[in-house]
Amino acid sequence: MGTSTAAAAPSSGGVGRFFKRLHDGDEIAHTLTLIFAASVLLIAVLLVYQLWMHSAESRQKFGFNFFLTQTWDPVSGQFGALPYIYGTVVTSVVALLISVPLGVGAAIFLAELAPARVSNMLTFLVELLAAVPSVIYGLLAIFALVPLLRKYIEPGLKATLGFLPMFQGPIYGIGFLAAGLILAIMTFPFIISISREALLEVPREQREAALALGATKWESTWQVVVPYAKLGIMGSIFLALARALGETMAVTMVIGNDPRIKASLFAPGYTIAAVIANEFTEAVNGLHQSALIELGLVLFLLTMIINAGARLLIIATTKKGSSRDE
Amino acid sequence: MFGALAVSTGAYAMVLINAAGATFPAVIYQKWFEEFKKSHSGAQINYQPIGSGGGVRQLTEGTVDFGASDFPLTNEQIRKIGKFHALHFPTVMGGVVPTYNVEGVTKDLNFTGPLLADIFSGKIAKWSDGAIAKVNPGVKLPNIDIVVVHRSEGSGTTFVLTDYLSNVSPEWKSKIGTGPIVNWPSGLGAKGNEGVAGQVKQSPGAIGYVELFYAIQNKMPYGAVQNQAGKFLKASLESVTEAAAGAAKAMPDDFRVSIVNAPGANAYPLSTFTWLLIPDSIPDAGKKKAIVEFLHWMLTTGQSYAAPLSYAPLPKSVVAKEEAQIAKIH
Repeated sequence: MGTSTAAAAPSSGGVGRFFKRLHDGDEIAHTLTLIFAASVLLIAVLLVYQLWMHSAESRQKFGFNFFLTQTWDPVSGQFGALPYIYGTVVTSVVALLISVPLGVGAAIFLAELAPARVSNMLTFLVELLAAVPSVIYGLLAIFALVPLLRKYIEPGLKATLGFLPMFQGPIYGIGFLAAGLILAIMTFPFIISISREALLEVPREQREAALALGATKWESTWQVVVPYAKLGIMGSIFLALARALGETMAVTMVIGNDPRIKASLFAPGYTIAAVIANEFTEAVNGLHQSALIELGLVLFLLTMIINAGARLLIIATTKKGSSRDE
Repeated sequence: MFGALAVSTGAYAMVLINAAGATFPAVIYQKWFEEFKKSHSGAQINYQPIGSGGGVRQLTEGTVDFGASDFPLTNEQIRKIGKFHALHFPTVMGGVVPTYNVEGVTKDLNFTGPLLADIFSGKIAKWSDGAIAKVNPGVKLPNIDIVVVHRSEGSGTTFVLTDYLSNVSPEWKSKIGTGPIVNWPSGLGAKGNEGVAGQVKQSPGAIGYVELFYAIQNKMPYGAVQNQAGKFLKASLESVTEAAAGAAKAMPDDFRVSIVNAPGANAYPLSTFTWLLIPDSIPDAGKKKAIVEFLHWMLTTGQSYAAPLSYAPLPKSVVAKEEAQIAKIH
């Protein structure tokens, strides 16, 4: 009896420690949160695995040419992704070119310059806008934006900047520009909301130091506060980009759904997310379905490449001249 | 278990049947299944209008009891199902009509098949083109660009139009072909009948195509199309039924037939059946009984619901032939 107790003592000590940790909740919290975190990885891996498996037929048939050819013909079974990749990139770039300056500018005003009451009210509105479903933005685009583009904006651009290839060709109202604009409107609240948070987090001392050195209000904002909040602002831009790349409903309603590569922003185009949504239900033929799934894989890769590129950009720029590290 | 009970008592002790497929007949299918449930208590058919392609896929995978499609299955699709043979039952008919937005034109425009093929392929690019003027004497057509509007998502409507254009134009057949989604040489894509109609309305010089029932219910103007007999016809429920009657003489036993450009003086050329795809072997006795009774009901009482909902009812000759096919379900 005595010997057995002695022999069991060390292990029971270990068990005791375990139970103590269990009692404190540390062990449970650790295990649970680990599982939650692992589920992110699991979902990503499963997603890629499923996309990879189900796109086998298309990958084997077209190989790397899938990325280089422009024909998308379900009748004859020819599928090429290039017009969709082009459309996705062009609409997202147009969207960000508009929404980044507007969004960051508005965030600076709200965080730094506006009186508190105005700032709070506008911020509330911005958060409302961010929660509006995309189909509503699509309707807004069809009934308000597209007629405006067709009657005034596009003819105006054609008359003034018509020497540029991107502002030439017939005007329909719908097309790359309409899709880019509605994406700009949709991503703009994200940029404001997150950039504003980032700007508000800049310590008071930073501003005070700049002002004490004789900087004007704007100099302190632009040269001290904004660079300090650069990471947060970049983060808001990536989130906006992610939404622009993957947006389906609003885009398909105004882009014209025509898989062709045209230099003109007035021309109709197509995006990856839009074609998947449009064609998947009627893709009876196995190869067609497989090609659509491969497009999903392409979108996943595109998002990954752009995000990785953006991260590298952050690393490069923060190393060079961040006021924060000094 | 429920099946056995249903057979022994003669009533339906909660037979639940799942079906999915075509969106075009969804309105009348929902109505039919609702009315059928009232008169045959306990037999509930759930219908998901997810598109013909989705219906065929679910039927192949065995996740629904029967499917519905706006176009007949190909031999390869039938082979792929394997477990059973999919019987085609035409239910109602629909037509596809050309709709347009040309300023100053108040009279309904006339189109011939080859003319529509040239317009939709982009070969004829202006409304003032001589080929359009030739079949529309006395109509002053403006010198503006034609904007083609087509469906962006796969649809039976596109299938009927491209089937017809392939039928009347060898060039369309070889270059573009027939399908629920095709590689359009030009134009804008919009989603659904309402998307195409809206886009046409908004774009000066636009031409598109919508389902006849959509045009009727929304009181949209649409053009007349020349039929095989040479007559320019504005689509109506009667002229669509007429097309089926014209084609019925040459109807194959499995009902997999296209009725575009059908013979008959008053047959509208852009007409189509829509089909239920029923397995020829239904192991569950209760489900089998309910489905067979539904088919009988659909071919008799059910047909009277068609016209009020702007679908064209089946001609009598086709109904009789379908009644005979029901016996093949075992």
